[in-house]
Amino acid sequence: MPSLKDLSKKEELFSSGHRLCPGCGAPIIVRQVLLAVDTPVVVGCATGCLEVGTTIYPFTAWKMPWIHNAFENAASTISGVEAAYRSLKRQGKIDKEIRFIAFGGDGGTYDIGIQSLSGALERGHRFLYICYDNEAYMNTGIQRSSASPRGASTTTSPAGKAIPEGKTEYRKDLTQIVAAHNIPYVAQASPGYYNDLMKKVQKALSANGPSFINILSPCPRGWRYPADQTIEIAKLAVLSGFWPLYEIENGKYRITYKPRKKKPLKDWLESQGRFRHLLKEENKKVVEELQKNIEEKEKKLLALAGENA
Amino acid sequence: METIKAMTGDEVAAETIRQINPDVMAAYPITPQTEIVQIFSEFVANGLVDTEMVRVESEHSAMSACVGAASAGARAMTATSANGLALMWEIVYIAASLRLPIVMPVVNRALSGPINIHCDHSDSMGARDSGWIQLYSENCQEIYDNLIQAVRIAEDKSVLLPVMVTFDGFIISHGTERVKILEDEQVRKFIGKYNPRYPLLDIDNPVTYGPLDLFDYYFEHKRQQVEAMKNALDVIKKIGGEYAQLSGRSYDLIEEFGSPDADLVVIAAGSTAGTVKGAIEELKEEGINAKLLKIRAFRPFPQDEIKQSLRKVAVVAVMDRSASFGAVGGPIFLEVRSALLDEERRVPVVNYIYGLGGRNIGIEDIKKVFQDLIQIKKTGKVKNLVNYLGVRE
Amino acid sequence: MKEKGWKDVPLGGLILEAGSAKEYLTGTWRTFRPILDEKKCKHCLICWIYCPDSSIIVEDGKMKGFRYDYCKGCGICSTECPFKAIKMVEEAKYKAEKEGEKQNGNN
Repeated sequence: MPSLKDLSKKEELFSSGHRLCPGCGAPIIVRQVLLAVDTPVVVGCATGCLEVGTTIYPFTAWKMPWIHNAFENAASTISGVEAAYRSLKRQGKIDKEIRFIAFGGDGGTYDIGIQSLSGALERGHRFLYICYDNEAYMNTGIQRSSASPRGASTTTSPAGKAIPEGKTEYRKDLTQIVAAHNIPYVAQASPGYYNDLMKKVQKALSANGPSFINILSPCPRGWRYPADQTIEIAKLAVLSGFWPLYEIENGKYRITYKPRKKKPLKDWLESQGRFRHLLKEENKKVVEELQKNIEEKEKKLLALAGENA
Repeated sequence: METIKAMTGDEVAAETIRQINPDVMAAYPITPQTEIVQIFSEFVANGLVDTEMVRVESEHSAMSACVGAASAGARAMTATSANGLALMWEIVYIAASLRLPIVMPVVNRALSGPINIHCDHSDSMGARDSGWIQLYSENCQEIYDNLIQAVRIAEDKSVLLPVMVTFDGFIISHGTERVKILEDEQVRKFIGKYNPRYPLLDIDNPVTYGPLDLFDYYFEHKRQQVEAMKNALDVIKKIGGEYAQLSGRSYDLIEEFGSPDADLVVIAAGSTAGTVKGAIEELKEEGINAKLLKIRAFRPFPQDEIKQSLRKVAVVAVMDRSASFGAVGGPIFLEVRSALLDEERRVPVVNYIYGLGGRNIGIEDIKKVFQDLIQIKKTGKVKNLVNYLGVRE
Repeated sequence: MKEKGWKDVPLGGLILEAGSAKEYLTGTWRTFRPILDEKKCKHCLICWIYCPDSSIIVEDGKMKGFRYDYCKGCGICSTECPFKAIKMVEEAKYKAEKEGEKQNGNN
C-alpha cells in the first residue's frame, strides 16, 4: 500500500458537500475504499444513508458513473452493469478496463438485499460488494436489522420494562453466509484500520470473480456516542473481539490483525448509548452471554484459520 | 426475402429477440413465458447471439439487471408474465422513470390468487400506470412485428420509455401459427445501432442515475414522462409506417376491422380481437354489419383515434379481460367511456368482463355481445352497464 | 438557486455534473471548528485519512489546514491526531472573537 502522503496526491472521486451526519462512518469508508482503487470504476448504491445523503437532486458527491436503483437490488443492478460491460467488451465496443463496486448498508444487504446479493455471487459477476454495516436501518430512524447486535436498543427493539434486553436475537453472520458462496475473496474490515481496509479492497478488486467486504460503519446518531469518537469506536470493535478483521482468499482463512492488547467487552458496551441499559443489574446475565458468544466466535475463527486458541 | 415459419408465440418471441440481438438478456422462468428463455438459452449456447445472458434469481432482479444494463449503455431485454411482472413492479416503475428503452414481452397470465397460469390481462393492466408503453398483440405475427417496432419506439429520442409487448398466455404463446419472418439483416437495419443516452460505461463523462428527488423536482421529472407518452402517440404511428415499407404490414395505434360504416362496435385487445373478427365475418353472412375496434396501443391511450373511430356508431361494447375491483367496469371500458365524454352525441357504451383466469371465449359468445348491442340500439335501454361474460352465476 | 422547469432539467432525474455536491457548503452546520497548531503538526496525515468530509487540505504531502466551507466540526481529526495538534473551539465564540478583532482593527 502506498503511504498516506502518496495517497493524498490522488484525485478523490468522492466530493465534500455531501449531507451525511458529522462524524458518520460511511463517508470515511467510501473515501478509504476509493483511495485503494486504481482503475476506472462504476459504483452502484442501495437505498440508505449513503445513497440519500450523497445524491440529493441536483447535488451529487460522486465523481464517477454512479447508479441507485432501489433498496434491495444493488447487487442485481451492478450485475446488469457488469453484464453490459462484458457483452460490449466481447463485441469489441469497449476496450477500457473498468471495475464495478456496489455499496449497500446492512439493511439493504443482510435483510431485503440478501437474495439479490446471493444471486449475483452465485452467477460469478466480477464485482466488489461492500456492506457498510451500521447495524440498523439508520436512514429511516434506527430500526433494528438482522445485523443489529444482541442487546442493542433500537427504535424497533427498544429496551423496555417487559423486554429489558433490547434486541433479543444475536446478529446474523453475513460474512460467513457470503463465504459459503465460495467466491474468490471475502473479508471483514474497519475504517479504524485503513491500511488493512485498503489492502483488502485491492485484493478484492484483483479477484477474477465476485468479492465481498463487510465493513463496520459506526453511527454517532444511532449508536449514541459523540461524533468525534467514530474512529475510536471503529478500533474498539476490533480490539474487543466484536468485529474481527479477517479475510478468506480462495477458501483460505487468515486473521489479518491480532490486537496486541485486547479490550474487554465492557469497554465496547460502555462506549455507546445503545447498550447503556445492559449495564443495569437486570441485564447482567445478558452481558455474560454476550461475552461468551464473542469468545466462541473467536475460537471458531481461529480454528478456521488453522490456528489454536 | 421473407420466410414463412410455423411457430408458437413463445417461439416467435425468442426468434425475434435473436434477430434483435440485445446486448443483455435477463432471464427468469415463469409459465407461460418459459419457452422464450429456454429457446433463447439455446441460441446463447450455440453462439447465435452476442447477448450476455443473466440468469437471475428472481424477476425483481431481472428488471434490476435490465435497469443496470440499460443505464450502462446496453440494449437490455427480459420477458415475464403475471406474478413475475407483479414482483418486478417496483423496478418497472423505476425503469420508466429513468427513461430506459427496455423492451419486454409480457405473456399475459392471470395474477394470483388463487394461483392460475392461464390467460387474462390482469398482469399488464395492473402495470398500466407504470410509465411503460403497452402494445397488445393479437397473434404470433403481431408479436414479431411489435417487438421489432418496440425497439425503435423505445429508443426514439422524443420517447425514451420502456415498452411492453403483450400476447395472450397459452392461447397465443403456445399456439402454432404461420409467421412471416424477415431476414436477420433486414431486422438489424431497421432497429439500427443503439445510441445510449449518458451510459454509465462512458467513464469520461460520469453521471449520477437515480438521485433522491424531493418535492422540489420530482414533479418536474414526472411531467417529462407525461410528455414522452404524448410524443409516443406520433412515434408509434411513424414507426408503424416505416415498418409497413419494410414488411408490407402496416401498424397504427388501433386497428379497425369489418364494415367501416357499421354502427355496432366491439372493442377488444389481444387474441380475443381475432375471435371478434371471426364473429364479424359470420355476422356478415347473416346480414349484420358489425365493426371491431382493436386496441393495439393501450399506453399511451389513443384517445383521438378512438373518438374518430366511434364518431358514427350507435352502440359500443368494450371487452375487458381484467377486472378492476371496486371500479365501475374494466380498465379499457373506463378509459373509452371517459374519452367519449366530450363528444357531442352520447353513445351507449357497455362493458363485458370476460376470460378471467383463461375462461374460454368463442365466436358464439361474441355474437351474443353483438345481439345485446342490437337490443340496446333498438330499445335505447342498457340493461347492465357491466356484464360478466362466461361466469357461472 | 432558481428552480428550473420540466423542460430545462435532464430527463429522468439524471445529474450530469459529477461532484456537484461541492456547491453545497456544509460548513454552515458547524458548532465547533478545528484549529491547527502548526508547531505540533508532524504531517502524518492521519486527520486526512479519517475526515468524513474531505476537509483536510493537503498540499505536496503537507497538512495545510481545513476546508471550512465543508467542515462539519465532527472533531474526529482532533481526537485522532497523535500529536494533539488540533483543538476544537466553539464556532460561535470563534466568530465573535473574529468580529471583535475586526472591530478593533477598524478603530
